[in-house]
Parts: sequence; C-alpha cells; structure tokens
Amino acid sequence: MAKGDRGARLRDRRTAGPPPAEPGAPLGDDLVQLLTPEGERIDRVTGPDGVEYSVDFSDSEYRGLYRDLVVVRRLDAESTALQRQGELGIWASLLGQEAAQVGSGRALRPQDMAFPTYREHGVLYCRGIDPIMPLGLFRGVDQGAWDPVEHKFNMYTIVIGAQTLHATGYAMGIAMDGKVGNSDDPADGEAVIAYFGDGATSQGDVNEAFIWSSVYHAPIVFFCQNNQYAISEPIERQTRIPLYRRAAGFGFPGVRVDGNDVLATYAVTRHALDNARHGQGPTMIEAHTYRMGAHTTTDDPTRYRGISEVEAWQAKDPIARVRAFLAKQQIADAGFFTEVDEQATAEAMSLRERVLAMPDPEPVTLFDHVFVDETPQIRQQRARFVEYQASFEGSGH
Amino acid sequence: MADVITYREAVAEGLAREMRRDPSVVCLGEDIGAAEGVFKTTVGLFKEFGPERVWDTPISEQAIVGAAMGAAMTGLRPVAEIMFSDFLACCWDYLANEIPKVRYMTGGQVTVPLVVRTANGGGLGFGAQHSQAVENWALAVPGLKIAAPSTPADVVGLLAAAVRSDDPVLFFEHKGLFASRGPAAPPDHLVPLGEATVARPGTDLTVVALASTVPVALAAAEALARDGIFAEVVDLRCLIPLDIRTVLESVGRTSRLLIVEENPYQGGWGGTVASLVADEGFELLDAPIRRVAAACVPLPFADPLEQRVMPTVDKVTAAVRGLAAY
Ligand SMILES: Cc1ncc(C[n+]2csc(CCOP(=O)(O)OP(=O)(O)O)c2C)c(N)n1
Ligand SMILES: [Mg+2]
Repeated sequence: MAKGDRGARLRDRRTAGPPPAEPGAPLGDDLVQLLTPEGERIDRVTGPDGVEYSVDFSDSEYRGLYRDLVVVRRLDAESTALQRQGELGIWASLLGQEAAQVGSGRALRPQDMAFPTYREHGVLYCRGIDPIMPLGLFRGVDQGAWDPVEHKFNMYTIVIGAQTLHATGYAMGIAMDGKVGNSDDPADGEAVIAYFGDGATSQGDVNEAFIWSSVYHAPIVFFCQNNQYAISEPIERQTRIPLYRRAAGFGFPGVRVDGNDVLATYAVTRHALDNARHGQGPTMIEAHTYRMGAHTTTDDPTRYRGISEVEAWQAKDPIARVRAFLAKQQIADAGFFTEVDEQATAEAMSLRERVLAMPDPEPVTLFDHVFVDETPQIRQQRARFVEYQASFEGSGH
Repeated sequence: MADVITYREAVAEGLAREMRRDPSVVCLGEDIGAAEGVFKTTVGLFKEFGPERVWDTPISEQAIVGAAMGAAMTGLRPVAEIMFSDFLACCWDYLANEIPKVRYMTGGQVTVPLVVRTANGGGLGFGAQHSQAVENWALAVPGLKIAAPSTPADVVGLLAAAVRSDDPVLFFEHKGLFASRGPAAPPDHLVPLGEATVARPGTDLTVVALASTVPVALAAAEALARDGIFAEVVDLRCLIPLDIRTVLESVGRTSRLLIVEENPYQGGWGGTVASLVADEGFELLDAPIRRVAAACVPLPFADPLEQRVMPTVDKVTAAVRGLAAY
C-alpha cells in the first residue's frame, strides 16, 4: 500500500459502520427528570431501569436544597476569582454541575463513603467539610488534607479514574466487615459512591471497577457526571452510546438522570445507594449535565466549543429552575432569596479572608509523612537540609 | 522562520517537520487536536495534517501506548503523547513489558518504531502527581531509548532522530522549559541519539546535567566563573544511548565530577553515570563523585517547598564549591 493512501483508508474506516449515536444529545424517555428547566414539578417518573422515582420533601427541605445550590455556586465563583487574582495556583470550577453534586451529596447518608474527583466541591460542602480545605491544596500551602475517615469523603483524585478502583476495594471491605444488607431499615447499612467524569469512562481502571463491583456484588454507586467534555474533547470522543447503557453490559442497572435537576438527582442517587446498602449490588448513574466554565482556570474553552452551545445549556440552569419552582409554589418569598444571597456572600467573603491568611508551610515539613516508619535516609536528608538552611542564615539569602 | 523560538514551539515545529517528511508519521493523544495540546505543543498540526494524522483519543493512556505499538507493527510511525509523564505509570505494562521486548522476543523480526512524548518534570507547583521527573523509570527497562532535550534546537533535532529511529524512544519534554527560548533549528536539523554536548567549556570541574538541570548548571557555572571557578557543563541529551565517552573526556580535563539530576537521589539516573565513571575513569578523578538530586520525598504542592526538594542554582553552586575545594 502506498504510504499516501493510509490517511484516506483510515478516514474511510472511521466513517464506516453505523452512524454514531448521539451520546450527548438530549434525550428521550430515558432521562429521569422531576423538575423541568421552567420549574415545573413532575410528580413521579419511571426510569430506564423500570424504577419509579419521586421525592417527598418538606418546604424547608426544598429551601435547604436551594440554599446549598446557591452557596456552592458562590463559593466556586469566589475560588475562581481568587485564582484569577493569583491567590490560587489553579481551580477546577463546578459551574453548571451544582445540582448533580448537591443532589447526590445530600442523598448520601452519614455513614456512606464518597470518592471524589477534583471537581466535587459541592459534594464536599454537603459532607460538612469546611470549603477552605481544598483551597490549601490549590493554593499550594498544604496537600489539602482533610480527614477522609472523619468526613467519609476521600481525598480529591486527580489521576483520572483511579478513585473508582479505590471505591471498589472500599466497598468490598465494608461488605466483608458485615456493614451491608442486615436489616429492613432503609437507613441501615453502608454504601460507597464513586464520582467520575465522562472522559474517565474510557479508562481501563473504570471499566475494571465496573467488572469487580459487578462480580463481587459490591455496595457501590458509580456516579458519572457527564458534563459533555473531557478538557477539549467532546463526549463523542469517548462513546457511541449513552454512557448509562454501558452498565447493562457489566451486569448492573444504569440510569440516566437530568443532572441539572437536583430533585431527580437526589431521588435516583438515594435509591441506588439504598439498594447498595441492602446488598443489591452496584448501580451506574449518568448525570447528564454541562460544564459551563473552563476545564480549569488554565483552559480556554473558546478554542473548541461555540457560544451557542453554552447558551443552550444556560437555559437549563440548575438553580434558576429551583428558584422558579419555589416562587411559583410560594414555598419561598423574596426575603428568603435575599437572605440566601447574603449568606452566600458572607461565606464567600469569609472563605476569601481565610485563604489570604493561610500560612506558608514550614520548609522542613517537606520530609514529613513519607513513611510510617521513617527511614534513616529520610532522617539524614532532613538533618542535612536543616544544616544547609542554617548556612544561609544572615548571609542575605 | 523566527531566529529565536520557544521550547514549546520547537516541539510543534519538530513534529511538523517529521510529518511533512514522512506520511507514515501519525500523532495520537489527549487534547492534541483541535485544542492543540494542553501545553500548546501541537499547535498547527491538526490544521495542517487533519484528523487522519492527528488523533484526539479517548482518555486512556493504556490505549494510547498499546495501540501505538499495534499501529507501529503496520509500518506507521506513531508519535504518542502522554499528557504528564507521571501518567506513564498508567500504561507501564506496554512500556515495560511489551514495547521494549517485542523485537527481542521475536528474534528481531518485529520492530515497533514509535515515539512516546511526554511533559516531564517539576518546578511549576503542580504537586506530587503532575511534577515528577521520571527519565529514571525508563532507564530501568532495557529496550527503550531515552531522549530529554534542554534547548529548542535540540528538541527539533532529537525529535527528528527519535521519529526516524526504528527503536522505540521515550521523549521527555520538560514542562519547566516550555517557555524558555533559544536559537531555532536550521533546516533538516538532526541530533543523533546518544551524543552528549559540552554546553559550556571549563577547566576545574565537570557538571553533568540533563534537560531542566542544564540551565541550572549553566547559571551556577556563570556565577562561579565570577569567583574564578570554571565549571564545564555537559548536557547528556539522551540517557539511552548514554554518551559516557564525552563525560569521561571532560572528567579527563577537569578531574572532578558533579551530577545534577531532577529525579530523587534514590534510583536516580546519576547513579548510573557515577558508577560508569567510577568503573572506567577512576584514575581520572581527584575527588569523590558528587550528586545533586531531589530529596527522596514526593513533590509538595507548595512552591517554596518544591524548590527546596529540587536541585537549584544555589545547591549546585554550593556543591561545586565544595568539590572544587576538595
Ligand atoms: C490518567 C490521567 N490522564 C490524563 C489526565 C489529564 N486530565 C485531567 S482532567 C482530564 C479530563 C477528564 O475529563 P472527565 O473525566 O470528563 O472529567 P471532567 O474534567 O469533565 O470533570 C484529563 C484528560 C489525568 N489527570 N490523569
Ligand atoms: Mg467531563
């Protein structure tokens, strides 16, 4: 074959076969939605998994979800601003994904364990972790070390997909500890949730996590936020079928939920977690959403996507629809909305002040925590380091 | 073409030159197409060569490198990109067990002429999982060639040699050097694999460096020259093949050797250089061989801490003074 033909042949092969499904396109009957973008409440809906979903919230619970959404967005905006002003090294914004994160985060019961990516600031907030914690990492003054055991929220994982296997092993561990499927009480038993993105579904690790969880019947929920992009690559680069349908091939249910609908996300996640804690095995949830901002503050999305696409998703904003619903149903009044905005601003200002006040780490701490049983080599390097630092004292360095 | 270009531009330039020259060269990796690389090292390629030869791949390092091997078996010359060299660990089976062994295990019948390019190294505050200098990982695997250029012209010249090599080459582009500038490569520039270069001549002591530690060593040499200490800086450019001849010749002139490496001291490539010089050049030496390497800890996020882990001009200067006075 002449070398020059290769490109053409490859092109032919790439365009052959069935036309690509539109993995990112909305959507037919297979989308679980309980609150439309216009703020209309849908009473109950049957998912592609055959389960009927609904929620039964009190007025104050509805208001609480709204409050979470607004605060989480405001803290995220403040973090982006801090990065722009040079106070953080980098920031991965969750803008647009608030409902997916608050809905799933609030669906967790206190005993459940979450394994996040680097974007789950909203879930972190719902776990009751001080939002200052990850900022130490992004400011580069510490390693971002909250206590994953105390908060049942693991460290942010940046190497794509790895956390799904950590979560799988953790789920197998709690099953061995007898924490699964022991009573009829829906609140009893423990479950694990693994967060990951659409891009991550192409990693071998994630597919291996599906297989392991399936054959070991692990108490785990795979929560995929399909925000339509992996940095610059659109969802079509990762899949030809809707992601949630992959679950069937691994032998467990898959559900696609409107990830911009906090109510539906809550309902679907709560159901999947309760199934897991009662010994029903894994579920995959595809939360269909959109990354409204850049991948991180180092990314420029105008290089690879158009403004009209972004505008179309703006119309499906996760917060506006809750606000419309609360107002229409007279669950909240203008005073409430103002008060929430004020709370969000106050939390953001406090976050900013505390970030700016974060102390620089002591240099010698760089030798800490490498090992449990420290080696003589590390001790020697630390001692030499202290000596070397001291040699500069008073020398103007 | 501009007389002076950045290291980052040199990567795209070197790739474009090889792709123009040989239609069997294809590039594959994450975000290398329309977005032109997260480090802007593939700017212009997608526009010039299109999606047939510049593949934006699904997010899987195993698939990128594993499929590159298969594609190479068909006669293509794949240039695979792993976004951060830390993620070579995600596809290590292909790099440690498959690619370097296929020629050997088929008795020379199957070769896989491929390049794996990757953004390597620290100094930018990217933390423990996005900052490692890992040339030494590859050094532990017989069957891989290893290039790690320090200047824009060397990027182009070594990339040409790497793409044309019938052996698999790991090509380390240093993140901390992307913004650095240097003379552009002349047309048809080619730097053969395994030829070190004397980046700065000197008489008192030899400093062996690679990639990011070359400018560190050069800055130290500049400062020391003002005090009358003249260090010779050798830029290895490749670890495999390793040009130990050039190092020994330099040590023959200076009788002292300092090695500056970015990887942790434990298992660092400098250990191999030191051992070779001890074996083959012991009589040339008037002082012990010394190494400035990173501390044996994961890289911290904090900028001030990271600088303290890594080799710096101050640390090299202090080590040179100590060795010169030995
Ligand atoms: C193993 C690995 N490969 C590549 C990267 C670089 N990278 C960081 S984020 C990202 C895209 C991830 O996309 P997705 O899973 O959809 O998550 P999102 O960022 O959209 O939330 C990539 C490729 C990485 N961090 N880890
Ligand atoms: Mg994504």
